[in-house]
Amino acid sequence: MKKILILGSGALKIGQAGEFDYSGSQAIKAFKEEKIETILINSNIATIQTSKELADKVYFLPVTTEFVERVIEKEKPDAIVLSFGGQTALNCGMELYKKGILKKYNVQVLGTPVSAIDLTEDREKFANHLRKIGISTPKSFAVTTIETGLKKAIEIGYPVMVRTGFSLGGQKSGVVENEKEFFSLAKEALAFSPQILVEKYFHHYKEIEYEVVRDLYDNCVTVCNMENFDPLGVHTGESIVVAPSQTLTNFEYHHLRQLSIKIVRSLGIVGECNVQFALNPNPKSENRNPKQTQNSNDKNSNRFDHSKFENSRIVSNFELRASNLDDHPVEYYVIEVNARLSRSSALASKATGYPLAYVAAKLILGKSLMEIKNQVTQIIQSFFEPALDYIVVKIPRWDMDKFKGTSEKIGSSMKSVGEIMAIGRTFEEAIQKGVRMLDIGVLGVTDNNFNLTTDEILAKIKQANSKRIFFITKALKLGITVQKIYELSGIDPWFLYRLQEIVKAEKEIVSVENKNFCSLQPEQLLRLKQLGFSDKKIGELIGKTEFEIRKLRNKWKLKPSIFQIDTMAGEFPAKTNYLYTTYNGGHHDVAPIGDKGVMVLGSGPYRIGSSVEFDWTCVNTALNLKKYGKKSIIINCNPETVSTDYDISDRLYFEEISFERVADIYEFENPSSVILSVGGQTPSNISKKIDKYGIKIIGTTATDIDKAEDRKKFSQLLDDLKIKQPVWNSFTEMEVALKFARDVGYPILVRPSYVLSGAAMSLCYNPIELKHFIEKASNINKKYPVTISKYMTNAREIEFDAVAEKGVVKVFAISNHIEHAGVHSGDATIVYPAERVRFFSGERMIEIARQLSKSLNITGPFNIQFMVKDNEVFVIELNLRASRTFPFISKVTGVNFAEVIVDSFFDKAKEQRIKYPNYVAVKAPQFSFARMEGADPALGVEMGSTGEVACFGDTAEEAYLKSLISTGLSLKNKSALISIGGDDFKLRFSESIWRLKNLGYTLYATKKTHLFLKTKGVRTKLVHKLYDKQSPTVIDLIEKRIVSLVINLSEDYNNEGSFKRVITDGYRIRRASIDNNIPLFTDLNSARFFVNALDRYNPPAGGKDLKIKSWDEYL
Amino acid sequence: MNAKLILKDGEIFEGQSFGYEEARSGELVFSTGMVGYPESLTDPSYEGQILVSTYPIIGSYGVPDKKSWESDRIHVSGLIVSQYIDTPSHFQNKMTLSQWLKNEKIPALEIKDTRFLTQKLRDGGAQLAKIVFDTSTPSTLLRTSLLSINFDDPNKKNLVAAVSTLRVSREGAGSKTVVVIDCGVKKNIIRSLLVRGVKVITVPWDYDIFTLNEKIDGVVISNGPGDPKMCDVTIETTKKIMTKKIPLLGICLGNQILALAAGGDTYKMKFGHRGQNQPCIMVGTKKCYLTTQNHGFAIGRIPKGFLPWFINANDDTNEGIIHNKLPFMSVQFHPEACPGPVDTGWIFDEFLKKI
Repeated sequence: MKKILILGSGALKIGQAGEFDYSGSQAIKAFKEEKIETILINSNIATIQTSKELADKVYFLPVTTEFVERVIEKEKPDAIVLSFGGQTALNCGMELYKKGILKKYNVQVLGTPVSAIDLTEDREKFANHLRKIGISTPKSFAVTTIETGLKKAIEIGYPVMVRTGFSLGGQKSGVVENEKEFFSLAKEALAFSPQILVEKYFHHYKEIEYEVVRDLYDNCVTVCNMENFDPLGVHTGESIVVAPSQTLTNFEYHHLRQLSIKIVRSLGIVGECNVQFALNPNPKSENRNPKQTQNSNDKNSNRFDHSKFENSRIVSNFELRASNLDDHPVEYYVIEVNARLSRSSALASKATGYPLAYVAAKLILGKSLMEIKNQVTQIIQSFFEPALDYIVVKIPRWDMDKFKGTSEKIGSSMKSVGEIMAIGRTFEEAIQKGVRMLDIGVLGVTDNNFNLTTDEILAKIKQANSKRIFFITKALKLGITVQKIYELSGIDPWFLYRLQEIVKAEKEIVSVENKNFCSLQPEQLLRLKQLGFSDKKIGELIGKTEFEIRKLRNKWKLKPSIFQIDTMAGEFPAKTNYLYTTYNGGHHDVAPIGDKGVMVLGSGPYRIGSSVEFDWTCVNTALNLKKYGKKSIIINCNPETVSTDYDISDRLYFEEISFERVADIYEFENPSSVILSVGGQTPSNISKKIDKYGIKIIGTTATDIDKAEDRKKFSQLLDDLKIKQPVWNSFTEMEVALKFARDVGYPILVRPSYVLSGAAMSLCYNPIELKHFIEKASNINKKYPVTISKYMTNAREIEFDAVAEKGVVKVFAISNHIEHAGVHSGDATIVYPAERVRFFSGERMIEIARQLSKSLNITGPFNIQFMVKDNEVFVIELNLRASRTFPFISKVTGVNFAEVIVDSFFDKAKEQRIKYPNYVAVKAPQFSFARMEGADPALGVEMGSTGEVACFGDTAEEAYLKSLISTGLSLKNKSALISIGGDDFKLRFSESIWRLKNLGYTLYATKKTHLFLKTKGVRTKLVHKLYDKQSPTVIDLIEKRIVSLVINLSEDYNNEGSFKRVITDGYRIRRASIDNNIPLFTDLNSARFFVNALDRYNPPAGGKDLKIKSWDEYL
Repeated sequence: MNAKLILKDGEIFEGQSFGYEEARSGELVFSTGMVGYPESLTDPSYEGQILVSTYPIIGSYGVPDKKSWESDRIHVSGLIVSQYIDTPSHFQNKMTLSQWLKNEKIPALEIKDTRFLTQKLRDGGAQLAKIVFDTSTPSTLLRTSLLSINFDDPNKKNLVAAVSTLRVSREGAGSKTVVVIDCGVKKNIIRSLLVRGVKVITVPWDYDIFTLNEKIDGVVISNGPGDPKMCDVTIETTKKIMTKKIPLLGICLGNQILALAAGGDTYKMKFGHRGQNQPCIMVGTKKCYLTTQNHGFAIGRIPKGFLPWFINANDDTNEGIIHNKLPFMSVQFHPEACPGPVDTGWIFDEFLKKI
């Protein structure tokens, strides 16, 4: 084995996020240690795995069979690994295998056999397999008549779930308790669907998960088990999860553990696998897993017995357990098995300190678990199951507010965009830390000022949603019983009692002679801290500030203990640098690092607008501190990151990025300084407090940061420097605002300072929209002014990324957006080098950057967003921190900006001018609209993308096409639907339409577009909008997949009626395209760019013109 | 109620009581298992010991019916946890852990920093300790005298005699008969034999099994508390069994007894192995098993004629021996699990194949 090809997971999207950067990075490290050459294909340029220090060769290319085959052809690897790049890599690998490509090039699949992967991916085959080895799976039958349905319902046992086959949205589905109910529902359902599914119904079952590793010698351990807070029915990625399980007895824990191992052995997994169970919290005797199920496996299990001692009857355990089933009734079902690294395995790694991906990588090379050293403790090997002496809580982070039209309900499909992991010695401590880590503005689980009636709250508890935990504590405050909440939600009373403990403690402190500061006793304060209350929350409850509580704590010497995560619960002295804080302790496991230490704050949970790109900068900053003899202390709380990996920093605190915790750690470690500018907005938000408290911030001073962040001060600075900016002002009265808007002219960009719900800003095209937005989404008054700025149409937006030292710009890079200004920079397609920026404008930008840098005395990273209109350069925004584009810029220029940041901190940054390249790189956004039911996929001023990719090319078009293919674009046929609003857009897109026509595309157009194009001599097929009530409609066209491309352009998506909650045809077209997985363009510029690219490269013809060149071949 | 855990080295830890309020002393040990406190507390091998649970949250699923305990009573002298849960949630819960401890007159404390205790025991070795209560409250006034209890070293006592059964009992049916010498047997050892279809005769630790007047097909020497060298009678019995070449399986203490009977030696470990994640490699293979363990003594010198069967993958200590010709074998871990992983149940099959 000399050369291994690793498939990455591509862009971050809902359901497949940063965890695969972590697993891929660990795998590459593990392979490199064995002196194996590694080739990586991943289009996600912001990842750490695509760094120079990791894979020997990186291809920023789509992970699709076509591209991977061409890389294989070129690189001729000995083997390929599929299990480190999520579902994307697995699917691609399976296809390569099935098409015989791997065989053709003699490439071996390492790890779990392809046949096993295939088996786990096919629900029916897999269910049969499990049944064969005596493991229960949920029963499900498809029936076409009521009679057979009734029979099956009896076979399954009531209650059963009835679902309609072939219909979207779960119409006529429901739970039936008996024959009568079945009859009536089935009748209705069969009336409009030929088939119904009759399934086992799991009302409020527990969901339990095991992470299993197995080596080539059949040694097997379960690294971690986890229990979901939310019962079955809420996707595990949407659920709050704890590790280890809390409510399982020894029998349940080990019974399910043994079953997991049995499944993994039966599949011949080598590496990592996860098994998910549904477990009845209160098994009735008739549903219990029968004894014979446990016994019927003798023949199957011998397959993997290697030892002479075991040949006889390894399954005797099961017989033994079977005998105990009378004493230990159990009813479980296997609901899912993932034969690869998953989100759960990343979580399990971080929760236990067991580096699952690293170990899995070594295992697939044929090592045994005992041969792999425990990387965390450095003492023992890897055949063991971590013993935790703490509890871990994972909470998903949702961004539903960012998606117009979607609901906050959660269920069996994923909507969350990120997650946090909190560690404590009690559930109370961990859950309270956890909700704060989400960075959603709450101080603890008891933050719930909902203005709702009790009934409304109970309804919110019954229907799982993104804020359910806060509704639960609200209900507890109102005196609703744990039992009642359990009945509604199915959340185990164990968790509810813990929440009640928190609610009780809060009530006590508020009621007992509250408001009187002196009455707070040290024991009381300690108790509150042990229950996870923050200083700020305690202060709020008794009318004091966070600082005052902190003072009091310091006086009473109430400080958190620093504990290690050592995988062994303290049994052996471990050298681990993996830490957390707790008030349920009385000593520190480690000694302070002292002034050699530098703290680096991470970015917290991934969310819309802050994701892996900030982790890249954080990691690279931490790594480069070594150069200056400094020891890095990272604080972060996101288990999907590489920054929270065991070997990135000298010390890792899996902790809140809050003032309180940062100050606690600072006071303990006594480091020389803190870096706040490499973790995105979250650390920046606390810079003022940190500075005020006297903690030394490295880089640009807090006062100067404030000058850039305070709109008024910054605006004044720009005026002083004679730098242009779009006209703006803030208003406290509607009339004045309307007058201003009229004077500067619509459209305008509105930003309320207080947001009630929904969007934080909006583009308004007329006074009606402006009024509506302000009234609906916010308030306008003295306390909460609204900022309005002139919006320039058809302007170009430019990203300027740079690092300065003491006010002198040391390095910079300019890239331009494809979309016009107005599309959020996170959703924009970005091109480097900025081909569309004239020399003169570019020089002006550099000049502005130098001026700003000097006057703000910048040291460290900064990013300016410029707008160019009619060759005039305007400044939109300046951020005194590393921007989202830093990893992109670093990788496409070959200059590691994070390294320069660190150099600048130590006065060692060299001035360098980056040479104009002879290649082009294009970064494209990845959207996850398909996951957000009902959300409008039109681009706007609010960011909606969940991830990004970037590819290189000899031309921008080549790079763009590769990027688009990386985000999932595939054109199945040559036909497109075109629907364009407004004559201006129609005119400006007509050239592109000609090109499509010349490329042989069949074009369908809605009426106005059709007529317009007719006048231009372009023939299109007319399709009807829905309200025309004629067929074919646009929706038919999309749903029947007659078209494989949809271009829907509109100047003003708001005006289409989303305010009035009218569902427009435009919205329907966009939504249907997303729901049917058809490429959609809603921006004029990117649509034009795309057609140009098609014209030049024509990917349906095989895309052979798209070159297979590795990163180092470009740079 | 405030209480204290006092260590022999003088260190004192304040705690909140949630068990029976009576002073007790014992050997302070820690266990790293995350589940199975009812099984552990009723494991006779813990006799005389104050158990520190490294897993901080204990009591979560209450206490199940007696039939799933490992013996008829709680054997630990005391229990130390970081957080006690008084609101258990489980369909098999019969009472809270606190209630159970009170019923069985076992003191228990909530001491937040159990990790510190663990590290102390790990670095300094297991040591003697006592749990005492604040005398100022009326409920304990009557028992003030108990405050001045001594540090009792359980290892100097014959603990086996204290926990072993007093009578011979017979269970199950089958053509083969296995005698279990009860040195403090966990019930699941007997259950594990019964389910494999043999007749089981359980006898006291010092019983002369040859007076049974029955054909003995095999003997299991059970687990149990304390120093194996205290079990002189059992060691003598074992020697006799070996001369008669009756198939023999030793478990935990039984493993040490077999070693001593065959001429090997045992020693006291620094802090022992107590937990459910101890990896044992089968010597000469690449096979490793995850095991439950609960022992403070181990085999040092392996007796003549025996081979090492298992070794601990973490610290290379011996985890079992097997005779190179005769049907004698023993393991330091618990193949019957309860609590812990059930990966080594096949040991019973291996033994029964020899009879």
